[in-house]
Amino acid sequence: MIALSDCLIVGALLFSLSVVGIFINRKNIIILLMCIELMLLAVNLNFIAFSHFSGDIAGQVFVFFILTVAAAEAAIGLAILVVLFRNLSTINVSELDSLKG
Amino acid sequence: MEHIIFYCLAAILLFAATMVVTVRNPVRATLFLILAFFSSAGVWLLLEAEFLALTLVLVYVGAVMVLFLFVVMMLDIDLAPLQEGFTKYLPLGMFVAALITIEMIAVLGANHFGLDVVPSPSPHPADYSNTREIGLLLYTVYVYPFEIASVILTVAIVAAITLTLRQKNSKSQDISQQVKVRREDRVRIVKMQSSPTKTKEQEAQL
Amino acid sequence: MTQTLLLSIVLAPLFGSIIAGLFGKRIGRAWSHRAAIAGVAIAFALSTWVLKLVVVDGQSYNAQVYQWLQAGSLSLEVGFLIDALTAMMMVVVTFVSLMVHIYTIGYMHDDDGYSRFFSYISLFTFSMLMLVMANNFMQLFFGWEAVGLVSYLLIGFWYKKPTAIYANLKAFLVNRVGDFGFILGIAGVLMYSGSLDYQQVFDFAPAMSDKTMTLFAGHDWSVMSVICILLFIGAMGKSAQVPLHVWLPDSMEGPTPISALIHAATMVTAGIFMVTRMSPLFEFSETALSFVLVIGAITALFMGFLGLIQNDIKRVIAYSTLSQLGYMTVALGVSAYSAGVFHLMTHAFFKALLFLGAGSVIIAMHHEQDIRKMGGLKKYMPITYWTALIGSLALIGFPGLSGFFSKDSIIEAVHASHIAGSGFAYFAVVTGVFVTALYSFRLFFLVFHGKERFDAHGHPPHEPANVVTMPLILLAIPSVVAGYFIGPMVFGDFFGNSIMVHAEHDVLAQHAESFDGIFSFIIHGMMALPFWLAMAGVGTAYYLYMKRPDIPATLQLRFNWLYRILENKYGFDDFNQTVFAGGARAVGQFLWKVGDIKIIDGALVNGTAKTVGMISSLVRQVQSGYLYHYAFAMIVGLWLLLTYFVA
Repeated sequence: MIALSDCLIVGALLFSLSVVGIFINRKNIIILLMCIELMLLAVNLNFIAFSHFSGDIAGQVFVFFILTVAAAEAAIGLAILVVLFRNLSTINVSELDSLKG
Repeated sequence: MEHIIFYCLAAILLFAATMVVTVRNPVRATLFLILAFFSSAGVWLLLEAEFLALTLVLVYVGAVMVLFLFVVMMLDIDLAPLQEGFTKYLPLGMFVAALITIEMIAVLGANHFGLDVVPSPSPHPADYSNTREIGLLLYTVYVYPFEIASVILTVAIVAAITLTLRQKNSKSQDISQQVKVRREDRVRIVKMQSSPTKTKEQEAQL
Repeated sequence: MTQTLLLSIVLAPLFGSIIAGLFGKRIGRAWSHRAAIAGVAIAFALSTWVLKLVVVDGQSYNAQVYQWLQAGSLSLEVGFLIDALTAMMMVVVTFVSLMVHIYTIGYMHDDDGYSRFFSYISLFTFSMLMLVMANNFMQLFFGWEAVGLVSYLLIGFWYKKPTAIYANLKAFLVNRVGDFGFILGIAGVLMYSGSLDYQQVFDFAPAMSDKTMTLFAGHDWSVMSVICILLFIGAMGKSAQVPLHVWLPDSMEGPTPISALIHAATMVTAGIFMVTRMSPLFEFSETALSFVLVIGAITALFMGFLGLIQNDIKRVIAYSTLSQLGYMTVALGVSAYSAGVFHLMTHAFFKALLFLGAGSVIIAMHHEQDIRKMGGLKKYMPITYWTALIGSLALIGFPGLSGFFSKDSIIEAVHASHIAGSGFAYFAVVTGVFVTALYSFRLFFLVFHGKERFDAHGHPPHEPANVVTMPLILLAIPSVVAGYFIGPMVFGDFFGNSIMVHAEHDVLAQHAESFDGIFSFIIHGMMALPFWLAMAGVGTAYYLYMKRPDIPATLQLRFNWLYRILENKYGFDDFNQTVFAGGARAVGQFLWKVGDIKIIDGALVNGTAKTVGMISSLVRQVQSGYLYHYAFAMIVGLWLLLTYFVA
């Protein structure tokens, strides 16, 4: 039988891997976006696990919404990325410092 | 049996995730991400979330990941500078991630959420429809959030198109200019003198 | 006596002022002065009628006309108190004012500010009438400040002249010092009696007389003394008593009619009037009376000395005014209020006459005011000469002229008094007689007799127009005859209840017993010391300035140190300039340099901006603009929150 803690630990590991990914791929904005997708996946996994073990279908509804928002986020994020690349010919995060105070 | 499958899928999931963050080639990273999604869809099936598992595959793998692939392949990215500091920041990242993991596992581990604390629910009967249940909830209690989600998606589509659309050489129409058009802008009436001699010639030709 | 009658007296000059002031440009010069003169003439005629009602018919009036506001038990109102004192003051004020109005037509003929001038002097008449007719302290204070304001405006009438601006500022500031004391005195009255109405305060005075207050720990002061001295400080400012006299000589920067009306005849006597009106209070404080007496004696004597060395025709008369105001104050100090007011009246006539005469000379000399550049004007200006002679003789107290009666009664009163300081005061007033005669006739001889030292430019000086000479003649008449009212006014009970004198202070009563008719008074006066001193003064002046003009020059060289002291006016001006003005400027400089620039601008305004700038330049380091820094911060924050919730 699958235990709830197993699912949660998988989620936690997935989340931590994304954090590591953000650290080591800090200059590649595409990988950063992917890491965010992974994080959301970890969160979704938690939602579904809790939904399953507590027998409450509402958790799955939330996952549904998260998927929606994540899809929108990915679409806009990639669009921005394309515009960015078109204007600067790079996606190197270390060159994107026009917000510097 | 079930948990063996679960562990296999979880292992593939974590492996795929590791590869996503470590491989150098973004295309390969995307492909590994797809693998991660697939395996997590498997995990979700095990957890009796069939509708979401299929949605994940269809929407994410089918649409979002393809979008990623498009972008990654479309952009001519110089990878070398993007890899800088890869190893330099690895220890710090590992450290922070380890801290987070340890704390999370301490809380989420078997002590608090093990099988003896949270027993596994009995499986649903064969005629149970996960899709139907979600639909029932989504169109009643969560109908407004659902509407908002659809608006968000619409906005995202509009935003993405607006951002990437190049204005010059586009075939867009300027409605207001079209409406403002007057007859003089379109039609030019030219008065010409009819010459009788030519007319005769023409008549003759005719 | 009705409210309508009294209101028309007050409001007629005000309307005249408003018409001349606001519509002067539209209605032209002639109608401006007609409106102003009509207002004052109405006031004069009605005042005379009121005097008749008071004196002949024995009426009086004391009522509220309008209530301004009511705060708790305190009621601020406009009201009139009409008794003999008020009626007399009203007649004097409106008469001199009317004369000055007429005179102004000639004197200011060519001035650009013609209508403005008429507006101001009519406004002054209104303010002065409000002051003398008041039946409460609030209205008194209103009139007091209003005449001060008009005085300020008129001294600076020629506002393009820097000296005039300096003089009017000086007058205003010095009067502020006095008014500060005055309003504190009024506040004291209100605090201890709970009312501002004259009658109620005076009724309450006996109960107030033995109260004490603690100003400094360990010393109890009589409330009455403190209040009276504070009120008298106000009078010192307005009536130019030492040491607040410094503004009056400078006020001669204003046009001459103003010097006659405001700075000789009426406004400066407001202090005398006020103390007389407050006699029911002052009588309870011998300390205050002694204070008044000593201040007055100092002013009477030492300001007279200064008149000896002045060369500006108006300044000589101004110092004479100071000295005469000192005489009136001395009279108040020895409780001879009626003698003081009597002198106020006669002085108003002959001093206005002298000033207007001086103005007439100034016109003839084309605005030359230095008496060293005059002389021998007698044959060119007979009317001015004779009226000025009458004025000068009245001033020095020549028997039979008005000044003689009033001044002599003051001197006798001082002689009879026994309060502290009366010995010094007697010496001062008697010596003052000699000094007065000396400077008056020095002026008179230098201007009208002797060699012609002026440059006539081919046009010999001549008598000015009728509008100038007529007021001189009209003023000369009361300068002569006003003294003959001494019987009822000083020794009789003309003033009745308006003046209160305690029996032990009543120096005039002793006198009244021996008074049997004017002529014996004149005979008696001709045998007394003051008369001979006055004659000696005239003789000395004649000898020094007509026979041997070289002696004054020699004396000046010989006693250079004394001359220097007088020239510097005992150093009052320099002292004020360095200590008060300099001190104020130093404080201002300090507040500007340190308070404003360093603290407010430097620390508060720029300091705020600098601090914000400093902090933000530190915080700015955090805002690197790099996405991964923000991501890192978020992750660390997440971890901290996690730790917090887990722990």
